[in-house]
Amino acid sequence: MSRLSGFTNRWLVFLTALVLWQLATAASDNVFFPTPWQIIHHGWSLWFTTADGGFGLSDSIFEDVLPSTARAVGGWAIAAAIGITLGAALGRSRTGMQYVEPLFAFFRALPSPALLPVFIGLIGIGSDMKLSLIAFSCIWPVLMNTVDGVRSVDSVKTDTARSFGTPRTQWVAMVVLPAALPKIFAGLRLSLSIAVILMVVSELVGESSGIGANLVDAKAAFDFLSMWAWIVLIGIIGYVLNLALLAVERRALRWQPTRAAVASAKQTTKAGG
Amino acid sequence: MPTMLEVRGLAHRYGSYAAVENLSFTVAEDELACIVGPSGCGKSTLLRCVAGLIKPTAGGVTLHGDPVDGVPADLAVVFQDYSRSLFPWLSVRGNVEFPLRTRVSNRTERRKRAEEALAWVGLEAAGSKYPWQLSGGMQQRVSIARALACKPALLLMDEPFASVDAQTRADLEDLLLRVRREHGSTVLLVTHDIDESVYLGDRVLVLSKSPASIVADLTVTLPAQRDQIATRGSARFVELRTEIARLLHDRPGAPPPPNAANSDALAAERFLAAEREEARQQSSH
Repeated sequence: MSRLSGFTNRWLVFLTALVLWQLATAASDNVFFPTPWQIIHHGWSLWFTTADGGFGLSDSIFEDVLPSTARAVGGWAIAAAIGITLGAALGRSRTGMQYVEPLFAFFRALPSPALLPVFIGLIGIGSDMKLSLIAFSCIWPVLMNTVDGVRSVDSVKTDTARSFGTPRTQWVAMVVLPAALPKIFAGLRLSLSIAVILMVVSELVGESSGIGANLVDAKAAFDFLSMWAWIVLIGIIGYVLNLALLAVERRALRWQPTRAAVASAKQTTKAGG
Repeated sequence: MPTMLEVRGLAHRYGSYAAVENLSFTVAEDELACIVGPSGCGKSTLLRCVAGLIKPTAGGVTLHGDPVDGVPADLAVVFQDYSRSLFPWLSVRGNVEFPLRTRVSNRTERRKRAEEALAWVGLEAAGSKYPWQLSGGMQQRVSIARALACKPALLLMDEPFASVDAQTRADLEDLLLRVRREHGSTVLLVTHDIDESVYLGDRVLVLSKSPASIVADLTVTLPAQRDQIATRGSARFVELRTEIARLLHDRPGAPPPPNAANSDALAAERFLAAEREEARQQSSH
């Protein structure tokens, strides 16, 4: 009951904001601010109308939306693989982190968009550059959180595993990584939003395909309706990706008790001893 | 009865601080020996040396005749803090199967062994639950099942019942007595509770305050079948606990610490810190 009303309340605020936005933009005659209704309508014609005017996925979905999204997800996945592996190794090594910490601190402090010219110089302006820039930017949160996570293994769990003569692979797979998983997921979520940012930024130069490229092109052509439609699309992509990751996280961390579940478990087992 | 565990001349120092000094005793097969000592006397250090978790500075430990160097394969430890010792990401059954992964290669056989061990502690129905869904006493029963599932030659227990309430504690004590009677386990149990040591033990080893050494080695001449009310009320029980209390507290220059539980925890913290420091220094050499 309370969950349902919480859900309704959340969307009620969203809908109210949308209605206010509609009213405000409809009342104003500034061309820079089209109404949300117009934006949705335009977006429909951009992506869900085929060349002959019927309903279907447009060419833009296959030429812009999917390649861009694939680069964001791909770069993020590469970063996740490297970040978790490297982070686990560095975090468990006694001295490894001491050597690389200053280097990491430096790279982490750099705003990734500033590195765009460097990546263009190194790799060119193709898809590889975009993928690399996204991956590079996404690595740091995953890496640092993994280092932190694998170091947080409780000393009693370490002793328990040691007292059973647990071999190294089982120790890493069944103790270290699960213990670090909540922190790793925090890093992955942070990285995912960075991936979407860099997806747009990496397309601001060079080619004219991709979500970011279309956004700048529309702005340059004073096509504000298209510009807003692309902005809304980026928001939706970010939202959906985050939702998907949350679902994976909830499944992977389902052993973690929710606060309500702990309270009710205490209630029911109190008598059991 | 053949000797299962032999500790000879054991000493452990943290820097200049001696936690354990010249400790010698044996535990026979199928025996339940309790080690009772004042708070912070180095009981845990002793247990960690026996478990092979730390290297003694001097002396040695042998388990059924083999010198202990590193962690012996047929030994299991039950720690006081079950909530930190159990793996929260594994189900109850997963926890019990954890040490079996290296010991039993067949999956079905492993599952069977885990179910069996859970049945010994009366938790056959809880296998698919997560530890946090169980009460404290039930969680400690899971750790006991996990230790027993390995069929260890020696079961070490470090203050196993110190973190549960009195009623649960009595239940767990009786559970331990029943399980060990049914499966003939050799147990070395560390406690600071005098009553518990007499109630559970075939023998009670009384330790001095730090650096720990053996003050007395008492055989508990109580009937093998113990009862929480009858045994604790018997004249012999009262005699034994009075004797141990005197040994622990009435020694010259050894006043009982004002806050026993707390100073125990503090000592454990101090030793752990010293141990980590030691490990760090060794690895940097």
